[in-house]
Amino acid sequence: MVAPVTARTPAYDVAAGTPDPEIPTLTIEDLGILRSADYSPERGVVVTITPTYSGCPAMREIAADVQARLNRAGFERVTVETQLAPPWSTDWITAEGHRKLAAVGIAPPSAAPRRTGPVPLTLGRSPSPRCPQCGSPDTRLTAQFSATACKSLHRCNACGEPFEGVKAL
Amino acid sequence: MSTAEMSTPEDDFADNPYDLLAEDHDEGHRWAFGTGFTDPLEGVDTSVPDGLDPGALVRFCLDLGDDALIYSHRLQQWVAGLPELEEETAVANIALDLLGQARLLLARAGGIIGQTEDQLAFFREEKEFRNVRLAEHADRDFAELVVRLLMFSTWRLALFESLSSGTVSSGAGDPVLAAIAAKGVNELAYHRDYAASWVIRLGDGTPLSHAKTQAALDTLWPLMGELFYPGPDALATVDRGAFDAILDTVLSAAGLDRPAAPPLAPVGGRAGRDGVHTEAMGYILAEMQSVARAHPYATW
Repeated sequence: MVAPVTARTPAYDVAAGTPDPEIPTLTIEDLGILRSADYSPERGVVVTITPTYSGCPAMREIAADVQARLNRAGFERVTVETQLAPPWSTDWITAEGHRKLAAVGIAPPSAAPRRTGPVPLTLGRSPSPRCPQCGSPDTRLTAQFSATACKSLHRCNACGEPFEGVKAL
Repeated sequence: MSTAEMSTPEDDFADNPYDLLAEDHDEGHRWAFGTGFTDPLEGVDTSVPDGLDPGALVRFCLDLGDDALIYSHRLQQWVAGLPELEEETAVANIALDLLGQARLLLARAGGIIGQTEDQLAFFREEKEFRNVRLAEHADRDFAELVVRLLMFSTWRLALFESLSSGTVSSGAGDPVLAAIAAKGVNELAYHRDYAASWVIRLGDGTPLSHAKTQAALDTLWPLMGELFYPGPDALATVDRGAFDAILDTVLSAAGLDRPAAPPLAPVGGRAGRDGVHTEAMGYILAEMQSVARAHPYATW
């Protein structure tokens, strides 16, 4: 596993504040989508972002928003590039990201599974996260997929509230 | 916590993506959320490694890209017709994952032969599509949907795992393909689990659900064999034994019988990978390509 390595440059700080289009209280830095933002006199600012899922429709929005923020901050030449490898992992969501997810009622992901061999077939119920509303561990998975590809749907057996969780990946 | 609590009023404008959209800072390229497509491999080093036959790489990426594109379209046709809201979101998400994989793979192939993903998706003829015939099958009911998805995602997951593994031959020698496959593995694992749990639930359910699931298995079984045809352009293959072990685990838990039907024969030695498709394919393309062909200079 390659940990996110990013140099904190002025351009990085501007790009880091870009909100995620789906959950605007989280930034792309919180989500681990922003990989780097480096300035060079030759190319201007080159921002590297990584998609959460192959089909993530927010990538284009994120790229345009990053570009607009950097332009407003005075960086004229901005290029946003995609990085596919290593693939994004929910382990890259920062502690601040976990806190903000819980604050908007979305259960943060558990640690991503570590595999050495083939992906095992998972039958039966997957573990369900603690309820972000009442904190009860007594919850159940109601659907492996939710309103976006990166989330699953759960219900709390204690308070009865349905909630979303970010799937560990 | 609301956005307002976290930011000053002047920040609100900057932090609201919908305001940013309205601001049209993107030279008018976006007219709605999610539009304004660019090359999904933007910024990725797409040079073909030395020693790799670019033609074979293109054909293999089209094999896998077309499988995903056509399969995704078939799943999209299910949306708004599924038995539960949870299945709507699941099937739509699976279709979106496959569409994302298709975009990356078509962009990989297209980058080598100087075509865009849209040109490949919308302006090729039926005989130029290289998907297996399993991908174009129209599911008659929900049982066929989940049985077909179990077969397809089990095979595709195993193939993507082999393409993304850290061996010398990973990505069949292409780092871009290896990266695309590594991303896909996580997605396909969810697809396979979803399909497997439904096959078990239906197979081990009521007499009616069992009968329908067994019928789906019997119908689809002949189409499954094509996944294992040895093709001259396949840069990686799936171990049939490992595939069967997964499938047998699910069928046994579901109480379903493994059919004995032989694979659907190729036509004159040619099948999906050679551009020979079933009757269903023409109808899929007619629908999928209609907007792009009616407005060939449109951008989105």
